[in-house]
Amino acid sequence: MPTETAPDPTGAGSSETGPRIVMENVRKQFGKNVVLDDLNFSVDRGERVTLIGPSGSGKTTILRLLMTLEELTGGYIYVDGEPLTHAKRGERRVKLRSGEVSRIRRRIGMVFQQFNLFPNMSVLENITEAPIHVLGRSKDQARADALDLLDQVGLKDRAQAHPTQLSGGQQQRVAIARALAMEPEILLLDEVTSALDPELVGDVLQVLRDVARNTDITMLIVTHEMQFAQDVSHRVLMFDQGHIIEEASPQVMFTAPQHERTQQFLQAVL
Amino acid sequence: MSDILQALSDYRPYLWEGLQVTLQLSLGGVAVAIVVSVVLGLAAISPLPVLPVVSRVIVEFFRGTSLVVQLFFLYYVLPPLGLDLGPVGAGIVGLGLNYGAYGSEVVRGSLNAVPKGQWETTLALSMSWPLKVRRVVWPQAWALMLPGLNNLTVMLVKGTAVALLLGLHDLTYWADEMRKDPDVGLWTAYGIVFLLYYLIALACSSGLRLLERRAQRRLGLRADVAVTDRATAEAVA
Amino acid sequence: MEFDPNAAFEAVGPLLAAFLQVTLLVTVLGSIIAAALGLVWAIGRRELPRIPGAILAWILDVVRMTPLPLQLLFGMAVVTELDGFRRFGDIEPTTLLTYLGIVVFGIHYSTYMAESYRAGIESIRQGQWEAATALSLPRRRTWRAVIIPQALRATLPSLGNWAIAMFKDTPFLIVITVPEMVSEAERIGGASFKYTETFAVAGLIFLAASYPTAVLMRKLEKKLAY
Repeated sequence: MPTETAPDPTGAGSSETGPRIVMENVRKQFGKNVVLDDLNFSVDRGERVTLIGPSGSGKTTILRLLMTLEELTGGYIYVDGEPLTHAKRGERRVKLRSGEVSRIRRRIGMVFQQFNLFPNMSVLENITEAPIHVLGRSKDQARADALDLLDQVGLKDRAQAHPTQLSGGQQQRVAIARALAMEPEILLLDEVTSALDPELVGDVLQVLRDVARNTDITMLIVTHEMQFAQDVSHRVLMFDQGHIIEEASPQVMFTAPQHERTQQFLQAVL
Repeated sequence: MSDILQALSDYRPYLWEGLQVTLQLSLGGVAVAIVVSVVLGLAAISPLPVLPVVSRVIVEFFRGTSLVVQLFFLYYVLPPLGLDLGPVGAGIVGLGLNYGAYGSEVVRGSLNAVPKGQWETTLALSMSWPLKVRRVVWPQAWALMLPGLNNLTVMLVKGTAVALLLGLHDLTYWADEMRKDPDVGLWTAYGIVFLLYYLIALACSSGLRLLERRAQRRLGLRADVAVTDRATAEAVA
Repeated sequence: MEFDPNAAFEAVGPLLAAFLQVTLLVTVLGSIIAAALGLVWAIGRRELPRIPGAILAWILDVVRMTPLPLQLLFGMAVVTELDGFRRFGDIEPTTLLTYLGIVVFGIHYSTYMAESYRAGIESIRQGQWEAATALSLPRRRTWRAVIIPQALRATLPSLGNWAIAMFKDTPFLIVITVPEMVSEAERIGGASFKYTETFAVAGLIFLAASYPTAVLMRKLEKKLAY
């Protein structure tokens, strides 16, 4: 179906140059509870942005909206200049058909706080399942790619293991490999170390540092690991009560925050 | 003991006939019930707009109107309308629909009990609905639904005694016939048949328990007795 | 064949009468017996020494895994064998058989309710038993004041659901010739050849009584959940 392209807020169209993600007047309510209110920001290609802020400030909701796990209450999200779930038709805001949504969603991957490995599959099957059945890769190809990825996350020898036989940190590394196997252009990391015992956090973050160094995947990161945020991100956004109250490079944000709430928050977590 | 052996040898052909009727109804009923459970259970959680409502109405109808009423409907009302299933056919269809409706509640509950994170992950991996259900959700729900389906299977086997009301000569019928024979007597006659039913139910139940253990081991799970009991009671209510 | 609303309408009166006099009576009294016995079995299984406990568990399994119609026929045969109809000569045979039905339904479903109680008791945290021991509460008192009240809360909806299941099994009373609602429907249908209408009415009465109760139980379950 030919769609009238939405007025592109960047003027870049679906080209190779414009921002990867644009949020325009994004609003999200759960019942009467407003979680995000009139939010505007964009993320460039290859940019890694960390979202920080107190719990309940709406960071995770942004990732879930991008993954279409939650429905937008108002506003628009554009990926590569294309509307993700809702489009402007003149003055009207129309919901896109699910086929359209899933075409764009395919460029996005996500790693969850609780890993969510499929317990009915081996480690290898967890990684190859979607490439084979969604992307239509051959089994051999998917297997080879998966073993490569497992090698990168340091778990090549556990390919045949069952998820429950792995530690939390190992499970999360498999989940990262599984998300990467779909070759996403955008990777969403939702508090990926929050459910881990402290001694297991390091390995997972090291894997993510490698991914950040070796690829140009655009990343949106929600984390409480401030050192990690400082190391990998190009930009940090501070959220409070559904608004971005401060935006800066990690160097500035973590050494000389301007906003009083940011100072309080960082003092509490650092 | 010798009374029992004597009765067993005297009534062997009759008990064999009764056993065949009971097993026929059991196996046929279970086969129909499985199909009904899966179809209605999947329809109940399907993302299409009408299907869940249709499934709900069918399930509530068959849960609510009592097995015996449904059987009599199939047995008395349908033949004059040109659809004569015969007593065995009516029994199989009636048991299958009724227990299938109960079973669909167990299937639906198990599919819904698969953690939300699993559904969310399938979305993050862009899986289509059939793919995510077949490859991710169903294999996990399977382990959750087996204990409940096990209970229902035992109930269905017991339910085959409605054969009596359809004029069939099943095990229950022969229990009462044997009882009337003064050479056998009440206690021996019923003792034998109680035991036979118990063994059939035990065989079904143990077989399913084996499947259950295997499925749970594969997922690294353990069944929760309280949850199973509650789910069964809710399904048959 | 046409659906005859008049025939359906005429069937409502007698069917409702049979419903109230037999079906409902058996369900209510049977449920009370089942709930009381079920609790006894559940406590017995925890408190009895190993061997008697295992025997009780086996008997409950046999009763739970064998058909109600078989048990009803067995009950009737036992009454006949013991010459019960003559011995209770001043009670009408139909009434006597109804009582028998109530007892058999009560015993049969007590085995299911025992499972529900057991699940409810097992769901109580070990700490509750330990706290009772630490307070030196006698065993009896622990059951009555601590365990049963908590277990009941978790069990009540399941008991209600088993009662509904029992309700829908009441047509099995036909095998011992108790004139409950469905046998009435069969009789009326047979006399007028209006099977469709009478069974439709009987089915609707079942639906009208069981569906709201089942919904109520689901609500109760949500409300009682901790």
